[in-house]
Amino acid sequence: MALAADIFPDITFRLALAADPVAVRTGLARIVASGPFAALSADHRATAEIVLAEVLNNIAEHAYSSGPGDILIQLAAIPAGLECQIADRGREMPGGSPPDGVLPQEDLPEGGFGWYLIRSLTRGLTYQRKDGQNLLHFVIPA
Amino acid sequence: MQLQTQTRPKVLSVLVLNDRIDAASAIQFKEQMRDLTQSAGPRVVLDLGRVQFLDSSGLGAIVAVRKLLAPDRVLELSSLTPTVEKVFRLTRMDSIFTIHPSHAVAIANGTGG
Repeated sequence: MALAADIFPDITFRLALAADPVAVRTGLARIVASGPFAALSADHRATAEIVLAEVLNNIAEHAYSSGPGDILIQLAAIPAGLECQIADRGREMPGGSPPDGVLPQEDLPEGGFGWYLIRSLTRGLTYQRKDGQNLLHFVIPA
Repeated sequence: MQLQTQTRPKVLSVLVLNDRIDAASAIQFKEQMRDLTQSAGPRVVLDLGRVQFLDSSGLGAIVAVRKLLAPDRVLELSSLTPTVEKVFRLTRMDSIFTIHPSHAVAIANGTGG
């Protein structure tokens, strides 16, 4: 149903949540039901849920590995797709930049898929460390 | 996490009753699968028909279960929903697993084994 996006073409959605896997699961349910998602096709919604799950769970697992914290998610439906900005106050990305996201080369890898999926499914990904915050910005193309 | 099993000669069927295997449930999924498959025959078929969402943690847990079962038993999959199929395809794990279109096909295909 594209109604909300038709009436409010610049609709923006913000959500703050605790950085843990259960809160991420609940948060994803809110995100999937949000205005910016209403404008997307079913396939695009699936892609966006995969990307956001990987980004948010990475923050919970790595940026906040030493203790609890919050994540602020901001989404906007734009002509190019779904624009996403994700902020947290956890640890800086190692080396000051997000992983390249190369597909794991082992025979049966149990991990390392997350950044591969994020890199494959997004465009224009930028990362900044600013005022003690990690700011990740990207577009999930329509 | 809720998993339901049915045992046939040489095949253990496991139906995932939850709609997600994600970072919040991946470890529990792996542990329950380990417990349920202890005395399994040569084939374990995991029916993912009710699973609407799988993230990289869930995918990693399914790969881990496959490794737990090897070398004597094999893990096969059935009934992938569109989002789950997409994650398997993007990560190329669809080429690693035998994936059946439905659970009935998975069971029928095993009659020769």
